Parts: sequence; C-alpha cells; structure tokens
Amino acid sequence: MMHIIINILSVFCLLTGLIFFIGGAVGIMRMPDFYSRLHPAGKLDTLGIFTMVAGLVIYNFHHLSLGVVLLSIKMFLIVFFVFLASPTATHSIVDAGMRAGLRPWTKKKEKE
Amino acid sequence: MIYFFSCIAVGLCLTMILPLYRCLMGPTVLDRLVGVNAIGSKTVVLLLLIGYLYGRVDMFVDIALAYAFLNFVAVLAASRYFHKRKGLYEESFME
Repeated sequence: MMHIIINILSVFCLLTGLIFFIGGAVGIMRMPDFYSRLHPAGKLDTLGIFTMVAGLVIYNFHHLSLGVVLLSIKMFLIVFFVFLASPTATHSIVDAGMRAGLRPWTKKKEKE
Repeated sequence: MIYFFSCIAVGLCLTMILPLYRCLMGPTVLDRLVGVNAIGSKTVVLLLLIGYLYGRVDMFVDIALAYAFLNFVAVLAASRYFHKRKGLYEESFME
C-alpha cells in the first residue's frame, strides 16, 4: 500500500516537472524579444528542476537507510545551488545585453 | 517504474529540441546563450534519470552537480565576455 502511494506521488511530480519544462521551452521559442525570452527561461526551468528532483527523492523512500537519506540531501543541494545560480546567470545575461546596447522590443507603429 | 523513468528521459530529450533551435537560429549571440542555459538545466535532471536507469544514483548525483556548476560558470564567463561587444542591436534585425 505504501509503495503504491509513493509511486503515485513520484509519477505526479515527474509529470508536473515535465510540463513546466515544456512550457519553458515553448516560451523560449515563441517570445518576440531577447529580454522577454529570458522570463520563461529563468523561471520555469528553475521550478521544473525543483519538481522533478522532488519526484526522484520521493521515489528514493522505498527503502530507507542512512545512505539513501544522504543521497536525498545531496539531490536537494543540487536544487539549492540551481536556485542560487539560475537568477544570477539570468541577471548576468540581461546586464550583458543592456551594456551591449540591445534595445527592448516595442510594438511596431503602423505605417502612415 | 524503470520503464516510466525511461519514458520521462525521452520526453526531456524531445523538449530539448526547442531551445536547440534557438541556439542554432538565434538572432543575436545572447539568444544562443539563453538556449544553452536552458539545455543545461534540462541535462541536470536527465543525468539523475540516467543514474536511476543504471542503478548508480550515488555516482550520477556528483556528475549532475558538477554539470550544474560548469553550466553556471560558462554562462557567467560568456556574458562577461560579450559585455564589450557593440552592434548587437543591428545584428538582431539582420534576419
């Protein structure tokens, strides 16, 4: 009974993370501008990593021991590092674009 | 459950195609950088899934951590490098 609950939770988390990743990828494809492309890339990828790693950690709890708990803590350390690193990288890319003189996209005026 | 993990891994690989298009066809250099960053963040999860498929998660967690760190450092270094480059604005309308 416990195994079935763990499996269902893990499958739910993994599918939710995959949906977040697909949303981020479609946003990167279809946004009109460089700065607006950074918005799905920065947010949805971070949340997708968190949800998918949470699903894998839940799957770890099938057989509980000290090594498995240490492994789960290590996997959440990856998530913690990505939560720190991804906004920093996004900010750095935006800074490079602003200093290189890349203007933000505006709606084009209609021809006279 | 292992079969389900391999299905999720294939789905991640198919999801990587869209940022790969942005890498190849991006109008400016920074667009390609955004695509590389998105592919790297998907690869971290893909490495963990590969660890489950081979039954060696304890080894692949270290590889995934090293890959995340390498991706972060590469994006920082490349964006510092493209600071000084002028003319990105004209390049974005060359399509």
